[in-house]
Amino acid sequence: MPGLAGVRFWRETDSRYNLSGNRCGKCGTVFFPPRPLCPVCHRESLGKMEELRLKGEGEVLTFSVVQEPRRGFELQVPYVLAMIRLDEGPVLLGQVVDCAPGDVKIGTRVRSVFRKIGEEGKAGVIHYGYKFAPL
Amino acid sequence: MREVMVVGAGMTPFGELWESSLRDLGIQAGLGAIRDAGITSSDIDALFVGNMAAGRLIDQTHIGALIADYAGLAGRNVPTVTVEGADASGAAAFHHAYLSVASGLHDCVVVGGAEKMTDLPDADVADIMSTALDQQWESFFGATLFSMYAMMARRHMHEHGTTREQLAQVAVKNHSHGALNPQAQFRRPIKLESVLGAAEVASPLGMLDCAPISDGAAAVVLCSGDRARKLPGQHFRVSASAQAGDTLSLGSRRSLTAFDATRVAMENALKLAGRSRSEIDFAEVHDVTTIGEIMAVEDLGFCKKGEGGKMAESGRTALGGELPVNTSGGLKARGHPLGATGIAQIIELVEQLGCKAGKRQVKDARVGLAHNVGGAGATAFVHILEAV
Repeated sequence: MPGLAGVRFWRETDSRYNLSGNRCGKCGTVFFPPRPLCPVCHRESLGKMEELRLKGEGEVLTFSVVQEPRRGFELQVPYVLAMIRLDEGPVLLGQVVDCAPGDVKIGTRVRSVFRKIGEEGKAGVIHYGYKFAPL
Repeated sequence: MREVMVVGAGMTPFGELWESSLRDLGIQAGLGAIRDAGITSSDIDALFVGNMAAGRLIDQTHIGALIADYAGLAGRNVPTVTVEGADASGAAAFHHAYLSVASGLHDCVVVGGAEKMTDLPDADVADIMSTALDQQWESFFGATLFSMYAMMARRHMHEHGTTREQLAQVAVKNHSHGALNPQAQFRRPIKLESVLGAAEVASPLGMLDCAPISDGAAAVVLCSGDRARKLPGQHFRVSASAQAGDTLSLGSRRSLTAFDATRVAMENALKLAGRSRSEIDFAEVHDVTTIGEIMAVEDLGFCKKGEGGKMAESGRTALGGELPVNTSGGLKARGHPLGATGIAQIIELVEQLGCKAGKRQVKDARVGLAHNVGGAGATAFVHILEAV
């Protein structure tokens, strides 16, 4: 387990909290997580990446109900992981919550919600981030 | 580039080897390879070791130095390096060992892979295997390696009509092969109903769709063609060593049901070897899950995209079929000690090409292929070996 010091680089990573992505000013492709340069335009995109706040709505492309979790996720079992295509284009991974696992299907429309993801022990740092709920 | 030959091979059995440490396993495999090659330790110019996660599994990094030391190579100050590419670390080490001989830098090297996984509880191992994914954007949210494959499986079923039974058939086949391999972790056949009824890991995949947690090590000796011709025994030409990459996170890929890294590595390997797909007699592929083998057979181009399930069901990839796949039992039945797997695949090729595979011998095996994937598909290696 990481130490109890509160310093973590991700505490300053906005994207985990507000779905902030970016868009290549040259070709218009939208990215989440935001990328330092566009993998299509490469060097020509440098300095042209524009921050873009994503609306957080999208569609489930595929999902799995996890029964054998990672460490730290034992109390969440069974939990639904999904690959979600946001309406702006990017595909990302997130949990789908606020519903029974059986309610999630390919094609289910979802929106992002801000939730606790996990914690580093009882007195440790709490991790927050996005999950998704059916619309 | 010079011709490179595999001149010797050695491996431990794979399984729950409670009594053996990582160094015990590495030495056992390495000494076996050296003995098989008919060389002595003074012939070894360098040692390459594939290992994914000993830093977290047993709190030990610097595995190359550890193995070299206990193999008695440190006294001669033999150079050594650990190579990491998630669970393709074995193939990654082989690739770099190959390059060191092909380039002319070294004449004779040992390349091994080793992993010691059973010292930790299963949840910790699942955690450690998930480090091959994108920590910030995948595993942070609860993703495990098997759940990533599970999502690919569900999408594959949706897009291509692949059935749950076709997935299960891969495990049944690989267990039937593993039953014939004395080194395999699971040496017993299983029934289709057992796979379908096994406890779920991440739907739609169950316990018998997923490779086990294993200890084990495997090693081979590589020599230049000229050096090999002065050695006794059978030798096998490495006619292609190719790698390709892709985005680390699954969501950034072109497809959720294909590994472009596998496809591109295969195209490059065929070019290097001057071979066509139809000339490949048998293949060891990365069945870390059953869907992994179905996608591998498709992405390697042995059937059209979407037909991998039917290929498994038809028996064409079973022993006696037109393209036997995972005659060793694969990751599923032989076992999957992460960093050792890529080398164990090479050893299966060598045993088949040398007609030493016993009851699982492929008839007229002349050209064999090994396919090793890192994590959820960001790294893929394809190696082609041929009898000489």
